[in-house]
Amino acid sequence: MRFIFKTDYDQDIDLAPHTGYFWSYGLLTAALVAAPFVFGNYFISQLVFVFIYAIVGVGLMILAGYTGLASLGHAAFLAIGAYTAAVAQKYGVPFPVYFLLAGLLAGLLGVLVGFPALRLQGIYLVIATISMGLLVEEILARWESVTNGNEGLRVKTAQVFGLEMTRDGVGFYFFCLAVLIAVLLMAMNLLRSATGRAFVAIRDSETAARSLGVDVASHKVKAFAISAAITGLAGCIFAHKMSFISPEMFTLTLSIEFIMMILIGGAGSLHGAIFGAIFVVMVDPFLTLLKDDMPGLLASAARLVGVGADNAALLQETLARWASAAGLKGAIYGAVIMLFILFEPHGIYGRWLKVKLFFNLFPLYKQATFVRQKTYMKSERGR
Amino acid sequence: MLDLIQQIVSGVALGCVYGLIALGFVLIYKATEIVNFAQGDLMMLGGFFAFTFIAIVGLNYWIGFGMAIIAMAAVAMLAERVLIRPILGNPQFSIVMATIGLGYFTRSIAGMVWGTDDLKFQTPFSSGVLRIGDLVLAHDKLSVIVATIILCIALYLFFNRTKLGTAMRATSENMLAAYYMGIPVKRVVAMVWAISAAVATCAGVLLAPITFVHSNVGLALGLKAFPAAVLGGFGSIPGAVVGGIVIGVIESLAGFYLPEGWKDAAPHIVLLTVLMVRPEGLFGVYLAKKV
Repeated sequence: MRFIFKTDYDQDIDLAPHTGYFWSYGLLTAALVAAPFVFGNYFISQLVFVFIYAIVGVGLMILAGYTGLASLGHAAFLAIGAYTAAVAQKYGVPFPVYFLLAGLLAGLLGVLVGFPALRLQGIYLVIATISMGLLVEEILARWESVTNGNEGLRVKTAQVFGLEMTRDGVGFYFFCLAVLIAVLLMAMNLLRSATGRAFVAIRDSETAARSLGVDVASHKVKAFAISAAITGLAGCIFAHKMSFISPEMFTLTLSIEFIMMILIGGAGSLHGAIFGAIFVVMVDPFLTLLKDDMPGLLASAARLVGVGADNAALLQETLARWASAAGLKGAIYGAVIMLFILFEPHGIYGRWLKVKLFFNLFPLYKQATFVRQKTYMKSERGR
Repeated sequence: MLDLIQQIVSGVALGCVYGLIALGFVLIYKATEIVNFAQGDLMMLGGFFAFTFIAIVGLNYWIGFGMAIIAMAAVAMLAERVLIRPILGNPQFSIVMATIGLGYFTRSIAGMVWGTDDLKFQTPFSSGVLRIGDLVLAHDKLSVIVATIILCIALYLFFNRTKLGTAMRATSENMLAAYYMGIPVKRVVAMVWAISAAVATCAGVLLAPITFVHSNVGLALGLKAFPAAVLGGFGSIPGAVVGGIVIGVIESLAGFYLPEGWKDAAPHIVLLTVLMVRPEGLFGVYLAKKV
C-alpha cells in the first residue's frame, strides 16, 4: 500500500501522482514503439484502428464523459475530418496543413452545433445530435460536386515532407501513436486546468456550477468545439487508413459505436476511452475466431468428453450456423451494452480500479465501497 | 391542386404511423422519464409476431393481431423487469444506451430467427382503394388513419376515466408521491411498458402491407418518430399524434415538390428548427427548476 504525502495543493492536479506512473506508462509506450518490429502486419493494422478509435474516444470523453453532454452524432465530425482531408488532398494541399484543417473545420461545426445545444437538455440534445449526424450524412451524399456523392472519394497516400506514409507502413503507425499521445496529453492538461474542472462541475450540477461563477454557456460550446476538433483529426487519419471514404461509412451506427466505446470503457476517465477502443476494434477478430474455430474446438471437446461422433458433428454444424448468422455482431453489441449498464456501469476501467483496490487492500476489500448510489428524486425533466 | 391534396392525404397516413410510434415514446417518457430508443424495434417485433401467428400458424387476422399484441405486451413487461427496473435511478443517458442496446439485440435476434427477407401476410386491407371524387386512398393507409383515431380516443378515455389511468398519471407526475399514496408504482410502470408495446404492435401490424415486415424497419421509422415526438413536446399524447402528422405531411410534400434527398432530410431540419426556436415543442410545458 502506497501512501502519497501531499505537501502542496498543486499535487492534487499533478499529471503523475507518484513515480510509479512514469515506469508503467513508460513501459507501455516502449512496448507500443517496439510493437511494429515484433508483430505482423495484421496486428499492427488493428493497433492503428485502436489508436484512431481511441482518439475519437478521447474527444467524445471530454464531451460526454466530462461535460455530461451526450452526443450521438460524432460520426458527422469524423466525416467532416475525413472529407476535408480527401478534398484538400485533391487540390494539392500538403498533409500537415490539411491535417490541421480537418481538426479546425470539424471544430467549427462543433461550435455551430454547440450554440443551439445550449438550450437543450439531456434527451433533447441526444436527439438533436442524431438529427445533425443524419443531416451531415445526407449532405455528403447529395453535394456531389465536392464529395462525389455515394460513389465516395479515394484518398491517396499521405506525403509528409517528401516522405511517403503508406497506410500499412510503420511510419503511419508511429504517426497515429504520436497523435494519440499528443491528444491524450492535451486532454489530461485540459482536464486539470480551470476549463476542465469547469466541465466536470457542469456535468455534476449545472446550477451549482453557475452559482460558483462558471460561464456555463461558453464552456459547453468550448467542450463541443474541442471534442469535435479532436474527432476531426481522427477523421483525417481514418480517411488515410481506409484509403476510400463514402457517406455510408459515417452513419448513426458508427456514432452509437463511439458512445458504446465510452460506456464500455468507462465514462468519466481517459483510460476508459482507450479500453473502449480496444474492445470495439477487437469485436471483429473475436467474431471471426468464433466463426472459424469455436465450433470445431467445442466439437472436439465434446468428443473428448465422450459424445458420439454423429452428435459431435451435429453440434459442430449447429454452432457454425449460429456463429455465422448475419446479425450476430449486432446481437453481441446489444447484449454487451445491456450487460455493462446492468452490472458494470463504470465500464472496463471501473472493473480495473476494483481489481486494483482488491489487491491494494487485501484482505480488507469490501464490495460496499462501490455500491451505486441511486437518486429517484432527481428529475431531469424540469431542470 | 389535386396533387397537393393527394400528397397531404398520403402524408397524413404516413404521419399517423410516426404518431403511433411517437405515442409509444411519449407514454413511457411521461411515466418514467425514459426515452425508449427500442420503440421502433418493438414495433418491428410486433410485426414479426403477427406474421408468425397469421402466416405460419394460420390464425384468423384479427385473432393473430390480438395474440401479437398480448405477446408483445408480455415481451415489453419482461424487458422492463429485467433491463429497465434494475437501472432506474441511474443517469438518464445510461438508460437511453440500455434501450439502444435492447434495440440492437431485438433487431439482430429477429433477423436471425425470421431471416432478412421482406415478409408479408394476408390482411383485410392489403388491396382495395377508397375513392372520394378524384382522391384515391388505399385501404391499408386508411386503416392506419382509422386505427390512430381509435387508439387516441381509447387512450384518452383510459387515462382520464379509469382508475388505472389516473394511477399512471399520478406516477408520471411524481413517482415517490404516488408510491406514498398507495399506488403500486413498479406494477404501474410495467403496465405502461405493456401499453406502449401494444400501441407499437398496432403500428407494426397495420404497417405490414405497406412496408412489409423486415428487421430494419423499426430503426428507420423510429428515427422518423423522434422529430414527431419532439415537435409535439415529448410529454403530450395529442402532441405526439399531431407532431407525427405534421412530420408526415412535410415529408410527403418535400418528396413531391423538392429535389431528391430533401424527403429524408426535411423531418430533421424541422426537428432542429423546433429545438432551436421552441425546445418544449408545440404542446409541451416548460418547467424551470426551482432551487
